[in-house]
Amino acid sequence: MTILLAIFALPLLALIFGGILGFASIKFKVEGDPIVDQINALLPQTQCGQCSHPGCRPYAEAIAAGEDINKCPPGGEATIEELANLLGRDILPLDAEHGEEKEVKLIAYIREPECIGCTKCIQACPVDAILGAAKQMHTVIVDECTGCDLCVEPCPVDCIDMLPIETTVQTWSWERPKPAVELIASEHQPLRAEAVS
Amino acid sequence: MKLAKVTSPHLHGNNDTSQVMKLVILATLPGLIALVWFFGWGVLINLLWAWVVALGCEALVVKIRKRPLGYYLNDYSALVTATLIGLALPPLAPWWLTVVGVGFAIIIAKHLYGGLGSNPFNPAAVGYVVLLISFPVEMSSWLPARGVEGAITPGFLDSLKSIFPLFGNVGVDVITQATPLDQLKQRPGLTISEIWLPGSAFGRFAGVGWEWVNIGFLIGGLFLLFRKIIYWQIPVAMLGSLLLMSLIFWGGSGSEGHGSPLFHLLSGATMLCAFFIATDPVTAAASHRGRLIYGAGIGVLIYVIRVWGNYPDAVAFSVLLMNFCAPLIDHYVQPRTYGHSKNDHDKSGDS
Amino acid sequence: MSISRKLYSFPGGIHLPENKLQSLGLPIQSVPLPDKLILPLQQHIGAVAKAIVKAGDLVKKGQCLAQPQGFVSASFHAPTSGTIVEIAEHEIPHVSGLSGLCIVLQPDGEESWCELQPIADFNAAAPAELVEKIRQSGITGMGGAGFPTSVKLSPPANAKIETLIINAVECEPYITADDMLMREQAAGVIEGVLILTHILKNREAIIAIEDNKPNAITAMQHALTGLSEPHCIEIAIIPTRYPSGGEKQLIQNLTGKEVPSGKPPLHVGIVVQNTATTYAIHRAISHGEPLISRIVTLTGEALNKPGNYEALLGTPIEHLLQLAEIDNKKLSRLIMGGPMMGFALDSTELPIVKTTNCLLAANSAEYPEPTPANACIRCGACAEVCPASLLPQQLFWFSMGGELDKAEQYNLADCIECGACSYVCPSRIPLVQYYRATKGELAQRSADLKQSDHARDRFEFRESRLAREKAEKDAKRKARAAASAKAQAAKKAAAALAEKEGGAPATGGETDMVAAALARVEAKKAEAKKTEQKQDVESTTEQKEAVTESVEAPSKPQDPS
Repeated sequence: MTILLAIFALPLLALIFGGILGFASIKFKVEGDPIVDQINALLPQTQCGQCSHPGCRPYAEAIAAGEDINKCPPGGEATIEELANLLGRDILPLDAEHGEEKEVKLIAYIREPECIGCTKCIQACPVDAILGAAKQMHTVIVDECTGCDLCVEPCPVDCIDMLPIETTVQTWSWERPKPAVELIASEHQPLRAEAVS
Repeated sequence: MKLAKVTSPHLHGNNDTSQVMKLVILATLPGLIALVWFFGWGVLINLLWAWVVALGCEALVVKIRKRPLGYYLNDYSALVTATLIGLALPPLAPWWLTVVGVGFAIIIAKHLYGGLGSNPFNPAAVGYVVLLISFPVEMSSWLPARGVEGAITPGFLDSLKSIFPLFGNVGVDVITQATPLDQLKQRPGLTISEIWLPGSAFGRFAGVGWEWVNIGFLIGGLFLLFRKIIYWQIPVAMLGSLLLMSLIFWGGSGSEGHGSPLFHLLSGATMLCAFFIATDPVTAAASHRGRLIYGAGIGVLIYVIRVWGNYPDAVAFSVLLMNFCAPLIDHYVQPRTYGHSKNDHDKSGDS
Repeated sequence: MSISRKLYSFPGGIHLPENKLQSLGLPIQSVPLPDKLILPLQQHIGAVAKAIVKAGDLVKKGQCLAQPQGFVSASFHAPTSGTIVEIAEHEIPHVSGLSGLCIVLQPDGEESWCELQPIADFNAAAPAELVEKIRQSGITGMGGAGFPTSVKLSPPANAKIETLIINAVECEPYITADDMLMREQAAGVIEGVLILTHILKNREAIIAIEDNKPNAITAMQHALTGLSEPHCIEIAIIPTRYPSGGEKQLIQNLTGKEVPSGKPPLHVGIVVQNTATTYAIHRAISHGEPLISRIVTLTGEALNKPGNYEALLGTPIEHLLQLAEIDNKKLSRLIMGGPMMGFALDSTELPIVKTTNCLLAANSAEYPEPTPANACIRCGACAEVCPASLLPQQLFWFSMGGELDKAEQYNLADCIECGACSYVCPSRIPLVQYYRATKGELAQRSADLKQSDHARDRFEFRESRLAREKAEKDAKRKARAAASAKAQAAKKAAAALAEKEGGAPATGGETDMVAAALARVEAKKAEAKKTEQKQDVESTTEQKEAVTESVEAPSKPQDPS
């Protein structure tokens, strides 16, 4: 008798809970962005092509299809970490094959007197950040430049420099203090100020 | 001319972490005196030995971590941990017990988690719990307090020999006895008259001696409150909830009655916990309301474990359990920031 | 004395050693003309002003030198008559120690004023006119960040201003500039309040003074009782507790209201103005004088003659320090502003600006080098004193770990950087520096995010444009190929026909008619082809123009919808 009871009770319970689960999965379904969009949102959008894809979105699509997440030098470690978190993959070191992470962000500047107006850089720029016309001097719209480097290669007279952005009064900010241990560990007792400057 | 370029504020108050730690150690003095009076010199020897071990362990770890030694030893935090463990150990605890407890507290509970300020669990409580679980016999071998019938409070040399057998054998046989809390748990069926029998381990309101020890720690705690070293929320919430629990479940007389509220407040390590262990800011909740919840949780847990659990006293367990909860409490109980409505906050908290 | 006002309170706060007596010994001192005046174009928060003079120009005292650019911007004027020496990069008094464009003026010693146009009766003037006059006079907040005053005085049309608060609290230690100003120019300050009340049409005006300034309170009360006209001004004496002079704390203290996070005080019907600013408004309206000087407290152990000095804007700090008899051997830290929120300067060549209320020349005993911080023990002393009810120690851990999201979630943005937390920290952690750095990182992150979104839009726009161009080109090519094939076929047909016709000589009117009709068709076809080709050419030029256009107007990516 007890056996029979158990035999009936268990499937009944299974049925009820299964029903609840099924209901919950429909009712509380999380509508997320498509994964490609989420990946793309984490990529730095420099469109530099160092990952050997023609832009960030194509790389996002490739990642969604299973490609490694460590091919984006402009994003660097931070992006790899975010991608790993999003996708539940392991954090990999940056693939050196695709370039190295730069410490400071660089922006393209054209040495304007040397420009011959060939428009090659204009064609190379992935975000239309270079202004100019054939046989006219070109210039980079600094605010639009992503620092992707792609214009440097095609320039026949090598008049494009990649320079760091200047800190202005508006963009300047304090840096985080160095941990005290580092301050003591060095020979002299430096000021916090030196950690700051 | 090179002028210093430092960030504001340029002024600084006189507060000092090592000063805070020193005051905490100083505040244990009344309780310590009471302990020494009732249980003999062993308490003091334990304490000093614990200090030596703590400093040794701290120095060892700091050396291994290749950090500046003076900087770390100067904060006195290791001494606070050692003091708390030393005060909680039975008066004649063998020397290795202290080494294990303090070593575990300093090396594993504190430094392996990143050192002062980064440890999620109260090192003293961890050290004590490790000992309690690993060496229950040694840890429950308390002496009967001075004033209990048949109690012999050992002298300094006997205590020393008993703790460090290296110095020779103990001259007298020291009788050990369970603490009043232990007795309440282990010997059910006593009637009120039996419990309050003259010469038993129970004193006027709690255990003989223990009541004064607790009052000693209470005085020290009030001193800390007065000096604004600790904030009132945790002790008040903890003692309040313990009082409430013991009132609700007080079964009247006899040992079946779970003990009176006064008994719970003044027994075991209640006051030591309320003012010295639970108030360790590193492992407690951060906000005002958070501290109230945290303290109340400890009080409830102490009562629950004392009365229905397997261990006579429950201070260390309760603190550790609430240490687990502290980040959760902090997450949900943030104070309302200026210019934010309550709803704002809930939104940001949940996101 | 007016009925004492019901005060509220604000959370946290600290009691600091005041150190105000040192600089209260002397009346306000005048400053002899320096050799040169350095006037940074960026004097305040907001857009940089635009110079309207050039090197070599002779200027009169009070002549406008730079015009505001944009709404949140202010002009400034020649503090004295003289010659513009240069407009060049010079170190400016900014916490970063960076340089900025400055106008350098060499005084001629004449002090000859330009023509001043005071408004004789401000009660008869329209508020808008007064605000414009204030804007023209280059008045900015003289206590804190230097927000252009005219902006604060131009509330949106629907806003109702209940309360005007004059911040005469001066809660920072050492500083006595506002204190001395009220002692000596109480009537002028009150006049300024009346002008502001006329502009804002506020119901009440409260002058808030900390109770550690009894002389200033007496002077102000005296000036107030001497007022003949009816007014709505009252003086509120608030207990001394830092940072009671913080705008938000002051509002909470006086009215019990809180300014919602990220909103201006206007949102709760309140405008707060600094005392010195109020006085400057009086000078601008009643005397027509633009803002060209201010009272600076010179104090600190390294000075032998501390006091308050009325200095022209642009006066080099060195000049003032000499006047206050500095002992350079003692000087170890030079702070512009108060000891709690001011910033350390690394040079004495810097000029004073509109917001410079204090120069603190400290010796090393007063301000020793910061010692390395101990570990945070989460003691919570910082949370007890935080006037914004934040959890500073949590913010510190988030900041140290670079957890920007968490810091944001715990309302880092509401930190007013008052420094009370750092002051009480037993481990001497430079908490405020952590918060400032993290705020900077947050700002950088949001800027980066915006830029990367923008870059993505532009990239996608470019991609779609290239695809469209390619598709169009392909379509054109196909059309052209088809057209030319057709034309070829037609030509062939025509040629064949002509051959035929040629082969068979005309036989009369009928064939002639046929030939004429054919020729007409031919001509039509040819014309059609011509126009088609022309259109083709036109469309390619159009296309080219489109390219240049898109390059020229890049910030307008195609709407994806």
